[in-house]
Amino acid sequence: MFDVLFERTSDGDLYIDWLLSGLGWTLALAFFGWWIAFGVGIAIGVGRTVRNRFIARASRLYVEVFRNIPVLVQMFLWYFVLPELLPGAIGNWLKQMPPPWGSFFPALICLGLYTAARIAEQVRAGIEALPKGQAEAAQALGVGVWRTYRLVIIPQALRLIVPSLTSEVMGIYKNTSVALTIGLLELTAQARQISEITFQTFAAFAAATVIYLALALCAYQLMMAIDKATRIPGNAQTAVRKTPRVPDADRAMA
Amino acid sequence: MSSLDFSILVQAWPYLWSGLLFSLSLTAAAFAIGMALGTVFALVQHAEVPILGQVVRGYIALIRSIPLILVLFWFFFLVPIVLGHATGNGRPIPIGATWTAFITFGLFEAAYYSEIIRVGLRSLNKGQFEAAHALGLSRFMTYRLVILPQVIRVVSPIILSQTIILFQDTSLVYVLSLTDLLGAASKLAQLNGRLVEMYLFVAVVYLAICSAASQAVVALRRKNTLMSLTR
Repeated sequence: MFDVLFERTSDGDLYIDWLLSGLGWTLALAFFGWWIAFGVGIAIGVGRTVRNRFIARASRLYVEVFRNIPVLVQMFLWYFVLPELLPGAIGNWLKQMPPPWGSFFPALICLGLYTAARIAEQVRAGIEALPKGQAEAAQALGVGVWRTYRLVIIPQALRLIVPSLTSEVMGIYKNTSVALTIGLLELTAQARQISEITFQTFAAFAAATVIYLALALCAYQLMMAIDKATRIPGNAQTAVRKTPRVPDADRAMA
Repeated sequence: MSSLDFSILVQAWPYLWSGLLFSLSLTAAAFAIGMALGTVFALVQHAEVPILGQVVRGYIALIRSIPLILVLFWFFFLVPIVLGHATGNGRPIPIGATWTAFITFGLFEAAYYSEIIRVGLRSLNKGQFEAAHALGLSRFMTYRLVILPQVIRVVSPIILSQTIILFQDTSLVYVLSLTDLLGAASKLAQLNGRLVEMYLFVAVVYLAICSAASQAVVALRRKNTLMSLTR
């Protein structure tokens, strides 16, 4: 069935090389996008819980905006609209960035900041699930606000939310496919290209599907391993995990 | 930086409106199909129907692991072939992008709604089943009159959040060149060259609709917590 993948393309590669190159872009987007999302997400999530009203409001606004605009529209805003709104020289520089970087960077920023809004909500939930005594005890010991977050609150909150972060990991690698709309030849785009050239639609899409399935499995196993390694033993809060939750219910766009 | 001219939107509005109506009707249809099918999927798994239960579980795992765009491509290619076989003449029947979108979104969302309903089913107290059984209700009547109404109430906030995501996801029919809200804007942008205004406007419309709906989710959550407190 997959014979077509080992035929030569017009430029001398095998079709499977196209798929693998697509997989490379998919992985690069998901991996680097994840770290942007994780960093920004923690900052915004913490921002939603601080006393300072301005920071709390700004963080809330961030989440509202980035969660309520479809990821495809955000992709277009970064790719088409941003270079037009920036001053001439920078805008032109962005527009003239050579492919594939001209599509890769907007897609990376887009996915990173979009996923950050979702992670921020999880981080906030994790922080709110912690007993108040944690922050109070730190305060009583004379630990400052910043160090309380860094040493006491955030580490515990993150360990609590590993299971819900799994669905965000699954979300970001699926969302990478949206980058094909701005011309990045990631996995889905390569599968479509192979199907259009060879008319072996079934083989091309099946191969891509198998690869996505394998990725999903790896992501799931990895997150399970992290959860096992970081679970807080004997903490009453682990009861939070036992309440039925919908994996992926707040899924990002697939 | 060219100056922005939002007056172009007045002219563009009727076309954008028809696009928005398409997005909304696709959302409504996918919601109806997805909920109906999703409920069946959840019940099949919950009742542990042999073979069918495993098939449904496999379908859901598969659908949830691959991107929606790939699913759209799959159905665009597969549905005509399946229909051709179903009608017996064996030749693929092209059905066009619109029907593809409706069928795909319905079947795709069914997988997600089914997971939500399944979790709701699990959260229900076992006594509910036993009491219904003791009252002599048949299995079908138990689910219809006792179980499902409670499940739907419990999971209604999650269902609504999922529907907001569904509404956002409908923008992906762009890859089938359909004229939803984003499709309409992008087609106009290609004609008049005002893509900045067009895309910003689309973003604002989505933001307004989805923010309003998110407020409804918050209200539903609050109502549910209040009810469980007074019960």
